[in-house]
Amino acid sequence: MGKIREFDFEYFIGPAHPGVTGNMSYHIWAEGDTILKIEPNLGYLHRGFEKLVEQRHWIKNFPLILRICVPEPDVNEVLLAMAVEELNEIDVPERAQYIRIIVLELARLAAYLFYFGGVAGAIGLYTIPQWTIGDRDYILDLFEELTGGRVYHIYQTIGGVRRDTPEGFEERVLKVLDYLEERLKDYDKLFFEHPLFLKRTKGIGIVDKDTALRFSVTGPNLRAAGVNYDVRKQEPYLIYDRFDFDVPDIYRDGDVYSRAMQRRLEFAESIRIIRQAIDKMPGGAVNIKIRNPFEYRVRAGSTYVKLESSKGEYGFYVVSDGGVLPYRLHVRGPSFSHGLQLVRHIAEGTNIADISMILFSLDVCPPDAER
Amino acid sequence: MQKGRCVMGMNLKFFDALKFLVRKPHTVRVPYEKKEPAKRYRGIHVNDWEKCIGCGNCAKICTCQAIEMVEIPTLTPKMGATNLRPQVDYGRCSFCGQCVDVCPTGSLKLSTEYEIISSDINDFKFIPNLNRDSGPGTGWESDIESSLLDFKRVEMPERDPKERKKDFDWVLKGFSEEEAVFEAVRCLGCALCVQGCPTGMYIPEYINAIFNKDYEKSVEWMFINNPLPEVCGTICTHRCEDACVYHNRGQAVQIRYLKGFAAGKVDDYEKVVGISKKKADKKVALIGAGPASLSCAFYLRREGVDAVIYEAQKVAGGMLKLGIPRYRLPDSILSKEIDFIKKQGVEIKFGIRVGVDVTFEQLLKMYDAVFIGTGYHVGSRMGIPGDEGEGVFDAATLLRDVNLGKEVKIGKKVLVIGGGDVAMDATRTALRLGAEEVILSYRRRYVDMPASDEEKHEAEAEGVKFMTQTLPVEIVRDKNGRITKVKYVETEMVHEEGARRPKPVPKMDNVMEWEIDTVIMAIGQKPDWSFLPDEWKNKIKFDRRMNHIIVNDDMMTDVEGVFAGGDIVNPRADAISAIADGRKAALGIIKYLEIRK
Ligand SMILES: Cc1cc2nc3c(=O)[nH]c(=O)nc-3n(C[C@H](O)[C@H](O)[C@H](O)COP(=O)(O)OP(=O)(O)OC[C@H]3O[C@@H](n4cnc5c(N)ncnc54)[C@H](O)[C@@H]3O)c2cc1C
Ligand code: SF4
Ligand code: SF4
Repeated sequence: MGKIREFDFEYFIGPAHPGVTGNMSYHIWAEGDTILKIEPNLGYLHRGFEKLVEQRHWIKNFPLILRICVPEPDVNEVLLAMAVEELNEIDVPERAQYIRIIVLELARLAAYLFYFGGVAGAIGLYTIPQWTIGDRDYILDLFEELTGGRVYHIYQTIGGVRRDTPEGFEERVLKVLDYLEERLKDYDKLFFEHPLFLKRTKGIGIVDKDTALRFSVTGPNLRAAGVNYDVRKQEPYLIYDRFDFDVPDIYRDGDVYSRAMQRRLEFAESIRIIRQAIDKMPGGAVNIKIRNPFEYRVRAGSTYVKLESSKGEYGFYVVSDGGVLPYRLHVRGPSFSHGLQLVRHIAEGTNIADISMILFSLDVCPPDAER
Repeated sequence: MQKGRCVMGMNLKFFDALKFLVRKPHTVRVPYEKKEPAKRYRGIHVNDWEKCIGCGNCAKICTCQAIEMVEIPTLTPKMGATNLRPQVDYGRCSFCGQCVDVCPTGSLKLSTEYEIISSDINDFKFIPNLNRDSGPGTGWESDIESSLLDFKRVEMPERDPKERKKDFDWVLKGFSEEEAVFEAVRCLGCALCVQGCPTGMYIPEYINAIFNKDYEKSVEWMFINNPLPEVCGTICTHRCEDACVYHNRGQAVQIRYLKGFAAGKVDDYEKVVGISKKKADKKVALIGAGPASLSCAFYLRREGVDAVIYEAQKVAGGMLKLGIPRYRLPDSILSKEIDFIKKQGVEIKFGIRVGVDVTFEQLLKMYDAVFIGTGYHVGSRMGIPGDEGEGVFDAATLLRDVNLGKEVKIGKKVLVIGGGDVAMDATRTALRLGAEEVILSYRRRYVDMPASDEEKHEAEAEGVKFMTQTLPVEIVRDKNGRITKVKYVETEMVHEEGARRPKPVPKMDNVMEWEIDTVIMAIGQKPDWSFLPDEWKNKIKFDRRMNHIIVNDDMMTDVEGVFAGGDIVNPRADAISAIADGRKAALGIIKYLEIRK
């Protein structure tokens, strides 16, 4: 972009700005309405998770590590469990595997509802966030029933999940899914087919295929740029290979519109997965006994585990020296590349009125870049 | 085309929108309505002080360091508990519920209550009790299944009862290393078990060493206050296990057998514990080579004091050798540990009965101090018709004779009378001596039997027939004096006002019979004070019935320089209490000798 001149405007959006998806700020220089330069500004949320992890017994890290991501905390829990299970070669009981899929996909639905509300709100379609946040509550109700917590579930554990599903839980999940499917039609009418949405989002904030690959973009943002890559399909983890679902490949323009529509379609796929999981879920144990949480050791070694979060590829690199505490845990969150690197590249030259929408469309979650 | 579709979709149809008008809002309710939390909601902490043992595991697991254990001075803790109770700080708590999942007693839970509204910051830091309980079955509760702890122990492998009852070989097969380590990991390190151990062994420390497969380290911890670790690791009454936090809801850690396992892994204690080179120029006589004297002598030698044990029998170990049958405590274990005690320089003079071969007063003159550890060796008889003569044994004598390798002849149909551990040993010894049928008669109920559950189970597994609430009234003999029958009556448990437990009352009107040819009475042992000259019986202070000598904290009797310990002092009457007494006496003697210097 052009050189910044003295009389150009300088703006700060965030850390407490409705247009930013968390405690993070962007420093913007603009010429009139056109953004010349944008600099992400991190540090508001840094709690030193990766270091704290090293000072806690393995099991004690579950209530800690999930706090990296508010909208979708479960991925952190599952990743920690996956890493330990891989290093210690634990066979997770079948039932727990299915419950994990249900949890992860419900979390994805909840995160996408957040997302829809965020993008719509940034455009000014305020009914949508009211709806989606309200509907997300039905999912939180399910989580509350299953895990005892609404937002932070702290439900995963080494070798499974902490409690079995409560009486009648499966039926209530199906009811919520039915409801959400019905609601999607309303969302379509009022949002995804809304002319304002189309007008504001098409051709804006384009991330083309090359850029996406160059900036290590992952998840729906990558798929919306025309690269059909989904960890659940390409490198299935847990038991994703047992499910029949599609990775939608219709919207590939890489603009805000494609990114939102990609998620809209994936929303329906997640519902499909949950239905299958409920259908196929066997009975039996939901966890294994680790015997003593204070003496639980993980075999020396290292592993990188990853999964497809609602925001993109989410991974943990875990090193154990064979002791009761992790030696090192590194978090690879998708927002690092999306929110820090990519934004700088694509926001320059866009209209200042679009910046919130672009940020939301990338679903940047600052804490996963700030561990 | 595109445009047209958009305009169409621009608004919800009128009726579509109308449906939202009457729908009850899900999230925000006006006027305010409290949301009904889910059944397992993780809300405010609740703690049942009655069940809580103050172990502090909740505080230990809390990732937020939200729990602090605070002392409640008004609480008097029971065995295996402290008067600490958790205090939570809601400025820190993340409501994860891991404290609940680790709580061994299940006293802690998170209720479905979620509102604390206060302008006082201190209200958010409190000691939970049952005040905010939302009732059973609600909130995040602890249960055995989903607990982070494993309430099931690794069972000690045993020989098949059908096989083992044919010989006197050891019943236990012992842990494999894998089993031992797998069991050792259960120890949470809270150390409440130590309260249960009469000698206060360093249990968490030696178990942790086992977990790390460092058996020498483990044995080092054991020898601090127990010179007979493998013996105790085999036959101890394991009071520690009753105090173990797991015992509240499940199976205690196998503390006893883990100790035995680790001690068994170290062949040469000398390498670990060494031989004391200290010299104190004092000498102490000890009467009886039971665990009390052995332990006392060991710790005296560690401080360089000369220790000479006078033992009436030709063997050392006291009741460990003379009472406990070999299938429970093999000779190899006993002699390994006694040999090591001797190696410390402890001298044992065998075959010398104090009061017969040497007088008590002579000992007092020859030595700087005397320790009495003579135990309970006189078996009791019931005194029913027919109990004098051939075919009737008291258990103590029978077991002693068997253990000393004397030939003991018993019949095929044996009646054992009693309900304690000695009675169990008598039944199982009778089986091994060739009895075809062994009946155990006990006058109270099964649950009242003082024998440990495991001893009862083992005897039953080997085929002993338990006849509880029965009372033998007469031993019937034929004209040659041989026992043919035992007449007995049943008893009824009657609860008398003010009594601690119900009393068995015989129903004398209905006399029944067993066909029996041998009777073993295991109704208790008594001490034998005949070695004490009469004037000394007055000098030394006894309890009312002259069952026990009264001693002070240093195990010294009313007479300066005369110490006592073991069964003759301690009504708990087990090996570990004798060992604890012996060690305490050794410290007391050392203190006494120093003062006299
Ligand atoms: C059948 C049986 C089974 C038992 N099982 C267990 C068990 O499983 N676990 C457990 O913890 N405890 C058990 N006990 C109890 C335990 O053996 C005793 O509590 C313990 O041995 C007491 O130790 P002590 O040193 O006081 O006396 P003892 O072990 O009785 O030793 C006293 C010694 O003094 C000697 N002696 C007595 N008088 C004189 C004298 N005048 N001069 C010289 N020497 C003398 C005796 O010969 C004997 O060797 C059992 C006891 C019996 C009888
Ligand atoms: S873990 Fe349970 S029993 Fe132990 S102190 Fe805490 S509340 Fe009490
Ligand atoms: S709920 Fe979790 S954070 Fe709160 S006190 Fe218990 S262990 Fe600590």
